[in-house]
Amino acid sequence: MEKIAHTFPLEHGHEAGHDHEAQGSPEHHGPGFWGTYIFSPDHKVIGLQYGLTSLAFLLFGFFLMLMMRWQISKPGVPVPLLGPLLEKVLGSAAPHGALSPDLYNSFGAMHGTIMVFLAIVPLAFVAYSNFVLPLQIGAPDMAYPRVNMASYQAFVLGGVLMLTSFVIPGGAAQAGWTSYSPLASLVPTDGQIFWLVGMVFIITSGLLSAVNFIATVIQLRAPGMTWMRLPFFVWAQFVTSFLLLLAFPPLEAAAVMQLMDKVAHTSFFLPTGLAVGGAYAHISGGGSPLLWQHLFWFLGHPEVYVLILPAMGIVCEIIACNTRKPIWGYKSLVYSVLSIGFLSFIVWAHHMYLTGMGTKVAWFFQATTMIISIPSVIILTCFFISLWGASIRFNTPMLFSLAFLPMFGIGGLTGLPLGFNISDVHLHDTYYIIAHFHYVVAPGTIFALFAGIYYWFPKMTGRMMNEFWGRVHFWGSLIFMNIVFMPMFAQGMAGMLRRMADGGANYSAAVNSKAGADVIGGLSNNIMEMHTWILWGACLLGVVQIPFIINLFWSIRHGKKAANDNPWEATTLEWQTASPPPHTNFAVAPHVYRGPYEYSVPGHDTDFTPQNEPPK
Amino acid sequence: MDFPYIVEPRRDTGLYNAKLGIWLFLASEVMLFGALFSAYVLLRVGAEPGMWPHGWLNIPIGTANTIVLITSSITTVMAWVSCKERRYGRFKFFHALTILLAMTFVCIKSFEYHDKFTHYEVTLANGKFADGHLMERSKDFDLAKHTGSVTIHGYEVDNEADLMDLHRPEAKNIQREEITIPATEIKFMERYGPWHHTYLAIYFTLTALHAFHVICGAVVIGFLWGPGTKMWRTDPERFTNRIEVSGLFWHFVDLVWIFLFPVLYLL
Repeated sequence: MEKIAHTFPLEHGHEAGHDHEAQGSPEHHGPGFWGTYIFSPDHKVIGLQYGLTSLAFLLFGFFLMLMMRWQISKPGVPVPLLGPLLEKVLGSAAPHGALSPDLYNSFGAMHGTIMVFLAIVPLAFVAYSNFVLPLQIGAPDMAYPRVNMASYQAFVLGGVLMLTSFVIPGGAAQAGWTSYSPLASLVPTDGQIFWLVGMVFIITSGLLSAVNFIATVIQLRAPGMTWMRLPFFVWAQFVTSFLLLLAFPPLEAAAVMQLMDKVAHTSFFLPTGLAVGGAYAHISGGGSPLLWQHLFWFLGHPEVYVLILPAMGIVCEIIACNTRKPIWGYKSLVYSVLSIGFLSFIVWAHHMYLTGMGTKVAWFFQATTMIISIPSVIILTCFFISLWGASIRFNTPMLFSLAFLPMFGIGGLTGLPLGFNISDVHLHDTYYIIAHFHYVVAPGTIFALFAGIYYWFPKMTGRMMNEFWGRVHFWGSLIFMNIVFMPMFAQGMAGMLRRMADGGANYSAAVNSKAGADVIGGLSNNIMEMHTWILWGACLLGVVQIPFIINLFWSIRHGKKAANDNPWEATTLEWQTASPPPHTNFAVAPHVYRGPYEYSVPGHDTDFTPQNEPPK
Repeated sequence: MDFPYIVEPRRDTGLYNAKLGIWLFLASEVMLFGALFSAYVLLRVGAEPGMWPHGWLNIPIGTANTIVLITSSITTVMAWVSCKERRYGRFKFFHALTILLAMTFVCIKSFEYHDKFTHYEVTLANGKFADGHLMERSKDFDLAKHTGSVTIHGYEVDNEADLMDLHRPEAKNIQREEITIPATEIKFMERYGPWHHTYLAIYFTLTALHAFHVICGAVVIGFLWGPGTKMWRTDPERFTNRIEVSGLFWHFVDLVWIFLFPVLYLL
């Protein structure tokens, strides 16, 4: 953080009347290092804080996964390189540097939790919104700068709690990122308590951000920035904010209740007659495990769209700019994203077809699930049609955005068999579903996030990232992502279940020894062999991130200087101010005269017309 | 660039920034309490027949607390009106009342909590149940070692289900008296804490979360009543907005109680 801090010369042009600062702190003497980079209410600084923290979590979550992949592929073999470190830090949970089954469960639960709540949401939603959104609508800052700062602090606190839980006796939470009760309530580790309290902080931080973004879009749009002139990125983040605002609190309630189950020995999620270790549990009973699942997925499903909508917003900006054409079907995009927002609240129980909640309920959620795929397809189709007949500029951000389209397409279309309750019975809890949602989030959302970093980097620093190493990063990521996730479809359809600490070795051996190698349910050697491909694919995926990490930090000081404030020749407002933008973003308050994507307008001098350019 | 709409409302929305923010925040609060209320519904519907309690809480005390909170809502509005009329003394008076009423509410609530934590259900060795408030615990009382005795003020019943519904007509005839039970006759005894029954679990969770909101609201209003009044001298309009926004939150906290009271006390 400090290194970045010195190299982002966020200018402090102290124009008159930046009211939010005049209220409290003695800003006019210069806020100093701590005030500028650590406790700053400036949305750009907070965006960068969020961005760097969540990138660090992304890397951490990736390493958890690498160690799990090693364990799956070579059960019981010490993890190379990281093994001694594991044993030193975690002790008996990692004997001789190999993962014990309990530790595998911990890593599985924490990989999911960290990737979703500490990496992708804060990066895709909070970091990008913070940095880009006020600039794109022509606002001086977020509506509540200090609430914004509090949001980041709550986020860090939640993250620290999550990380701390690894080293407490018993280790981190082990019941999966979904923390289903009664399992989660009965696993003998306090890690679950850390998880729950950590979640309460993370949820609080998400809520503060969501309130802030919605209010900013509604109140602080520049004059002339009507709703239908908003860039699609803003629309996507606006809808995402509403999803978080309304879906996060039920999970907070659920977390409070599970916390009560853990510390006050209530029975919210523990049924009557629950037996633990062969004896009746000493509880009052009368609780409902299904209740947890309903509350969890009431957040959990909108959460899926929280992960994907910001990515779509980023991709839309980049495609419009690099096709040099207006985005095709702007209005369809806006109405589609709004429909997704509404519908995402009534599809949650398609995660619960196998819980015995009843077939009628399952049919209802199957229907809504099929309906919500329509607006998603409309959005993707609009992006594809936008490419038609364009003279596309193939720079790194555009390559990532182009790859996003088929990758997200694979992820989305393979979701349909999971949405039908009959085919879901076969695929539920197998590697197929892991492949499905990772295609949505990993080569989908994460590619869009990479695209966004390459695209907005010149705005953050005034310098470009290296194009050659960007392409190395892109092609490597594309190839190895697919080597990692494509085989999982086959494994899942062959019946390989998730969450087996040995990758199904014992399960396969047991079935095969009983009834011969061809019995249904036994996993063939080909299927088991895929674990090895995935492992090496994942390792190489890690290797090709090295150029990205070096590129990111090296370019801050040594990257090629951007030709001007608008190196991509884009139309939206964030490019019509200095790079990096000054303290209240715009030297002169912008006035908006036109829509967001006026590229190649006939008769105009340049092939782009900025939103704030007055009509002739 | 100036930071817009801190005091004056934006024309197309009719709201200043903070007012929009508090409404959005309240929307998320509705979902928070909404989830807990749905949990209440699911737990109650899923309870074994005859095993969901009725009448475990004291309705007169609950009613008194309801009146206390509603009154505090009125004083909050009066405080805001006084600010609008620029009558500082009246504002101070009314919000002092609000804070006092909030404290009264919390006191009464903690009295109710205390009542539950001294209330025991005792499973007797002979299969019957004794239920009542703990009066005395002999010095050598130890359940595990079977020594000593406890004295409760309550009554005995044959079935646990008879303890559930205190709204039924026969429940009026229950004679409560001091019962001394030797440890040898006690199989198991448990307080009316959140662990005792799912109803108490949701009761404690909901009311504690609500009380937390009351306390937070009182702290904010207390700040605006005390050190926060500095702004009154520099920017009375903005100060009035703050009173309005904190008042909106306070009304929401009241509204939650208006739902909590019938759901937990009456139904």
